[in-house]
Amino acid sequence: MQTALFASRHSRTAVEKLRQVNVGLIFLIAVVSSIGFGTLYSAAGGSWDPWASRQMIRFVVGVVLMLGVAVVDQRVWFRIAYGFYFAAFVLLVIVDVAGAIGMGAQRWLDIGGIIQIQPSELMKIALILTLARYFHGLSLEEIGNPLYLLWPAFLVLAPAALVAKQPDLGSAILLVLMGAVIFFLAGVRVWMFLLVGGSGIAAVPIALKFLRGYQRQRLVTFMDPESDPLGAGYHIIQSKIALGSGGVWGKGFLQGTQSHLQFLPERQTDFIFTMLCEEWGFVGGLALIGMYTLILLYGISISLRSRSQFGRLTGMGVVAAFYIYAAINMAMVMGVLPVVGEPLPLVSYGGTSMMSLLIAFGLLMNVYVHRDQFIGRWGSGTEG
Amino acid sequence: MAMKKDDAARTRLFTRRTALLAGGQLAVFGSLIARMYYLQVVESDRYKVLADDNRISLRLLPPPRGRILDRYGQQIAINQLNYRVVIIPEQTGSLPATLDALSEIVPIQDFDRRRILREVARKRKFLPVTVKENLTWDEVARIAVNTPDLPGVMIDVGSSRYYPDGDDVAHVIGYVAPPSEADLTGDPLLELPDFRIGRNGVERVYDLALRGRAGTSQIEVNALGRPIRELARQPGQPGNDLILTLDIELQNLANQKLAQHESAAAVVMDCLTGEVLVLASVPNFDPNEFNKGITSATWHELLTNERAPLTDKAVAGQYAPGSTFKPVVAMAGLESGMITPDFSVFCPGSMSLGNAKFHCWKKGGHGTMDMVNGIKNSCDVYFYEVAKRIGIDRIADMAHRFGMGQKTGVDLPGERVGLIPTRAWKFAATGIPWQQGENLVAGIGQGYVLATPIQLAMMCARIANGGFAVTPRLTRDLVEGARVENREAVTFPPLGISQANLAVVVRGMRGVVNDPRGTAFRARIMDPTMAMAGKSGTSQVRRITEEERLHGLKKEDQVPWKDRDNALFIAFAPVDNPRYACAVVIEHGGGGSANAAPIARDLLIAAQQRERAKLPLAQRYAATAAAGPAPDTEMH
Repeated sequence: MQTALFASRHSRTAVEKLRQVNVGLIFLIAVVSSIGFGTLYSAAGGSWDPWASRQMIRFVVGVVLMLGVAVVDQRVWFRIAYGFYFAAFVLLVIVDVAGAIGMGAQRWLDIGGIIQIQPSELMKIALILTLARYFHGLSLEEIGNPLYLLWPAFLVLAPAALVAKQPDLGSAILLVLMGAVIFFLAGVRVWMFLLVGGSGIAAVPIALKFLRGYQRQRLVTFMDPESDPLGAGYHIIQSKIALGSGGVWGKGFLQGTQSHLQFLPERQTDFIFTMLCEEWGFVGGLALIGMYTLILLYGISISLRSRSQFGRLTGMGVVAAFYIYAAINMAMVMGVLPVVGEPLPLVSYGGTSMMSLLIAFGLLMNVYVHRDQFIGRWGSGTEG
Repeated sequence: MAMKKDDAARTRLFTRRTALLAGGQLAVFGSLIARMYYLQVVESDRYKVLADDNRISLRLLPPPRGRILDRYGQQIAINQLNYRVVIIPEQTGSLPATLDALSEIVPIQDFDRRRILREVARKRKFLPVTVKENLTWDEVARIAVNTPDLPGVMIDVGSSRYYPDGDDVAHVIGYVAPPSEADLTGDPLLELPDFRIGRNGVERVYDLALRGRAGTSQIEVNALGRPIRELARQPGQPGNDLILTLDIELQNLANQKLAQHESAAAVVMDCLTGEVLVLASVPNFDPNEFNKGITSATWHELLTNERAPLTDKAVAGQYAPGSTFKPVVAMAGLESGMITPDFSVFCPGSMSLGNAKFHCWKKGGHGTMDMVNGIKNSCDVYFYEVAKRIGIDRIADMAHRFGMGQKTGVDLPGERVGLIPTRAWKFAATGIPWQQGENLVAGIGQGYVLATPIQLAMMCARIANGGFAVTPRLTRDLVEGARVENREAVTFPPLGISQANLAVVVRGMRGVVNDPRGTAFRARIMDPTMAMAGKSGTSQVRRITEEERLHGLKKEDQVPWKDRDNALFIAFAPVDNPRYACAVVIEHGGGGSANAAPIARDLLIAAQQRERAKLPLAQRYAATAAAGPAPDTEMH
């Protein structure tokens, strides 16, 4: 089993693979995470406690996991994709049931009170692998046939519905958008997107009915934040004030008044981009977006270089997830999108999002390390 | 092979679509950057203002209220530090335990405790709640020593108004109290919890000048309103000091003398400048009670007391002037030309008019009286005759010239006008024509005629100063910082009356006090350089019945207080070079010469003595301004 996982007869050793891991990407990830540590340090009023230090520990653990994921034989990921998806799906159902029995939102699965697993995060990774494997095995002709798309559509929508019910709208949106990106890159016909998109828009009024009270409230206040300046609109207004008052050069590290005087809510998680831009100004925000763009382009180029469709789709799935997080979070704090609760990737405080992102980047690196790996339609293949 | 071809096509499609997607992603990032540029660069100034609005809270710094000083710089109203103990709930480990510990040092009543708990429940936990105000030094010290055992307990210093001479100046100074709804003008200063507004007396009249301008302190607060630090402070302008014309020691003396009677008022003013040195009214009250928050029991008692302690009788008490009105009647007669100084009347003790009989106060009569003797002896019959001849309208005209029947304009609230009747007034008011008999009654200052003590003092001053229309005033200067803004000595227009006629009246008034047969001879001033002239008055508050006259009048102490005569006296001194005029009214105090005259005498002596011992104002003020609290003035 050990050899099957890490070093097949024909393949390189784990150490050899580690040498091939893309150092530039790791460097970029480390830089962005460090921006996060600094901002968390400031968010705590100039203290490593309680956020920055824990985030750093998670980062270290996450990087180890990332490298581990990177060196596992790509075919192993290919093989376990469906099983992984199934396991994640079962866990999602379990938390939903537990949530129905317990009170209110339930996103965590508590194992013995020590390990807490958020199945929605597992599902994000599982969905990437599952869709990549599914479309890897589909010919262009088959992709053109809508019947072949029903199953993967179900694979996307079923967990999305479960996650939305938790309720974790942010994760549900991510699953759907990520799925859509993989569908698109796999070659699904454009007219089908138009059809689904069109009917989706038509279904908005019905969907609104199923939204929870506070979710609908968020949408309403997003449309008109001034309608409730002290209530639900408060977050958006205060975030815009913080951003705007930062100006071009910012108020300086540890000097953000909106953040430090607690006008800005959730400054260590959802609104950390606002805090960064308040203290470092337009220039600071631009720098972070620049970093994100570099990671994005890196990820795209890695994906393009992969010999297998599985590798390409896996890589782009990771890139998509990362990008969707970043874009939605930033759009949200700038008042362009409603507050749906997406973290800013690698920067926002939060263990699970950091972990799952680093694991996902591990998959991206895995694609790079195995860029020349040939995988047959059904999983066979040799290292090229 | 087919599969290979399909793979190649799939790869091409993937590459194409990836490029498309990447373009879209970059475009979205681009638009986010554009949005960021709009917020942080284009609209930045607007948001900077909003951010400052969020974090900066403007606090008002209440200005210290201006002091009120007497003419020699003695402090009448000052600001006293008020030590209070406050508790900051979030800093106490356990609020009840801290309160228990504190109550062993300063007693906390049950209702206070309930109030504190209520306030704590309502306010944010970092805001102080007052436990007790007006702590003694002893209590402050004991709390300070025990602070380690009293977490969250702090001593806070506020400022409260204090009147060292309390009762004696109550009516002149008034008092301060928290503004009521009606007082709110939108000035946020008025809404500060510690702010006090002048409610009566000069505190009210000069409230704006005394108030000063509030300073501001910019405080950075967090989203919960907790102060973080002070960013800037702009000191306000303290209220102006107010220098009164009052002589506080003379005022104290007047109160002391008047306090021998149940209800009385006295005014001493400068005949030449109109400066009021004494303005006293008893009973009085302690204005400090109002500053501390008066209890409802005390308030109720003040309101229901029939001696009306809240009323300033010196300006708001209206009395029939009685014989003190006779100098005015005399002047009216002399100025009319119908009466000469030699005009003589025989007084048999009464005068008949129709079938009515008008009695003189002296049962046996005065015999033949001329003007000077008529005044000196206060012969009623002589003035009945004068009044009958000249009629009420000439008397009223002269009374008006002496300032009666109208407000004197002294700078105090609540002044009343008194009443000088005329034919037209009576017909308008009652519909009944003026009766000849009413001339007689008005001639001795009874009937409809009413005057306030300050009007009587002013009338007397106008006689004394040779017929100039002097008006009383209570304030000398408003002081800004160390700069004394000296008001120019005012010159008063002449009343246009003959000096010769005035001299006749003054001769009569000199006789009242200094002639052994004068009505107030016993109250004369022995020192000839200080000698006074005056006029007594005893006005009935109730009609004397025929029956009582037959059976002889009862002695004053046998009549109920409310039915006794009002005692009045007006005087000025020194008689040869008049400077001070005085009016004393004792409600139901019996005879004016016996009871009111001695008080007038004592006040006039003291006024003249003190003037000789005092420094000019400017020097005095400089001395107190430098030394802080005024030293004892008697030392100089």
